[in-house]
Amino acid sequence: MLYIPCPWCGEREELEFHYHDEGHIVRPDVSVGDGEWSSYLYERENVEGWQRDLWSHDAGCRRYFYVLRHSVTDEIGGAYKVGEKLPPLPVEAEREMGS
Amino acid sequence: MSGHFSGLRLAYESLRGHTGWGRQWGSSELGDEYDVVIVGGGGHGLATAYYLASECDVGRIAVLEKGWLGGGNTARNTTIVRSNYLWDKSLALYDHAVKMWEGLSRELNYNVMFSQRGVLHVAHDEGDIRLSRRRCNSIRAAGVDSEWLSPEEVKELVPIINLHGRFPIMGGVFQPRGGVARHDAVAWGYARAASGLGVDIIENCEVTGFDVKRGKVVGLETSRGKVKAKKVGLVVAGHSSRLAELAGFRLPLMMNTLQALVSEPVKPMLSTVVMSNGVHGYMSQSDKGELVIGGGTDLPVSYSRRGGEGWFSSTTASIVELFPCIRRMRVLRMWGGTVDVTKDRSPILGKTPVENLYVNCGWGTGGFKATPGSGHLFAHSISRGEMVEKAAPFGMERFREGCLVDEGAASGVAH
Repeated sequence: MLYIPCPWCGEREELEFHYHDEGHIVRPDVSVGDGEWSSYLYERENVEGWQRDLWSHDAGCRRYFYVLRHSVTDEIGGAYKVGEKLPPLPVEAEREMGS
Repeated sequence: MSGHFSGLRLAYESLRGHTGWGRQWGSSELGDEYDVVIVGGGGHGLATAYYLASECDVGRIAVLEKGWLGGGNTARNTTIVRSNYLWDKSLALYDHAVKMWEGLSRELNYNVMFSQRGVLHVAHDEGDIRLSRRRCNSIRAAGVDSEWLSPEEVKELVPIINLHGRFPIMGGVFQPRGGVARHDAVAWGYARAASGLGVDIIENCEVTGFDVKRGKVVGLETSRGKVKAKKVGLVVAGHSSRLAELAGFRLPLMMNTLQALVSEPVKPMLSTVVMSNGVHGYMSQSDKGELVIGGGTDLPVSYSRRGGEGWFSSTTASIVELFPCIRRMRVLRMWGGTVDVTKDRSPILGKTPVENLYVNCGWGTGGFKATPGSGHLFAHSISRGEMVEKAAPFGMERFREGCLVDEGAASGVAH
């Protein structure tokens, strides 16, 4: 069971939430060609490591937000609101602290 | 090597203490150069290598496997075989596989324990009935076996099912030719047969890069050194996106965790496979007596091979509603695997932006059933350099062209 820190409600069990997609996928302008459009619709990064997810707190505040999650170890590295400045991925933060 | 398996041989070996069986497949060192390299030693990869060696004249063939043979989704699935899909393209693809399953043990001289005990999809409400009957008719029109059963007929086939519970049974679609097979035997049988035909099978050999010259793949970098290859087939399921990234392109896939569980073993109580798309669950009984239970995937992109607890409670709750007599049974094992899911729930078989690099992936939650057919069609396609007829509609270009083979409704969640 993941414990997800909702930016409004605090840490709750995964069952209260719904995972939607990889985070920060930008819808392209409709004038782009079929290649870019199908890439937007169907292709995903499937990062093996730290990634940014889009979740919603369905059984709580019902808001959308982003979660930093490690796709191999299931660690949660924090959460942030839509529109906030992107926090660095935990791996980037570690690298900065080391340097 | 292990030689031909037969009743006579078994009798002979039993008289001398079973000392003469030998290893079932050779372990090879990585050669310098191959005509075809298959990346991924699961069922689909090994089947591809076997049909390349037995039916296509392509020269030297190698299978590279990062871990051990059949240790990925081949070892983790719920072994269901069926071909009752909605669209003609899928029916042709999956029924090709079912026909091959029917002769597979003989073909490989290896008992894959294919048991055609039938697969039943139950319907719970009026909408479910309409969709199921439509699918049933569409399958029959394509010449594949499919029967509509009344609730009474369902009860006769599955005495332990609860017709009048929270999810009432209002009928079901039955495919008698469907069933289950022994997953490990499929990987081992193909490995043994391919190895017998001279295919090099190299385990603990991870692909770390592709040597691409002028848009053409000419070799691979691996944890055991470099190897030249004229053609390469990627058959790596949950690692498809990673390897595609190494080769410089992206695939229309999502990686999800799919879980399954088995109960403690009990005496025979279920003689067919029962699936319910309505409640997201399915159950069969293994030859060992364990009830094999599966359901839908967890939603987040994940490579953890561990799923969430929510899946367990929702799947078992539904299954226990359908089969109240199992509610006090204990769970013996529970596990997860990483499945490569496409948005239209159909596989990807085809060429890639890199010349001579072919891909076979996207089987998502239901690839086991297609193993022989997938390997057979992929082998012939690689050999010809063009996708053969039954595989042609499944190229990744269908996502760009909008020509999807949408099996989301027909395959539902239960695979």
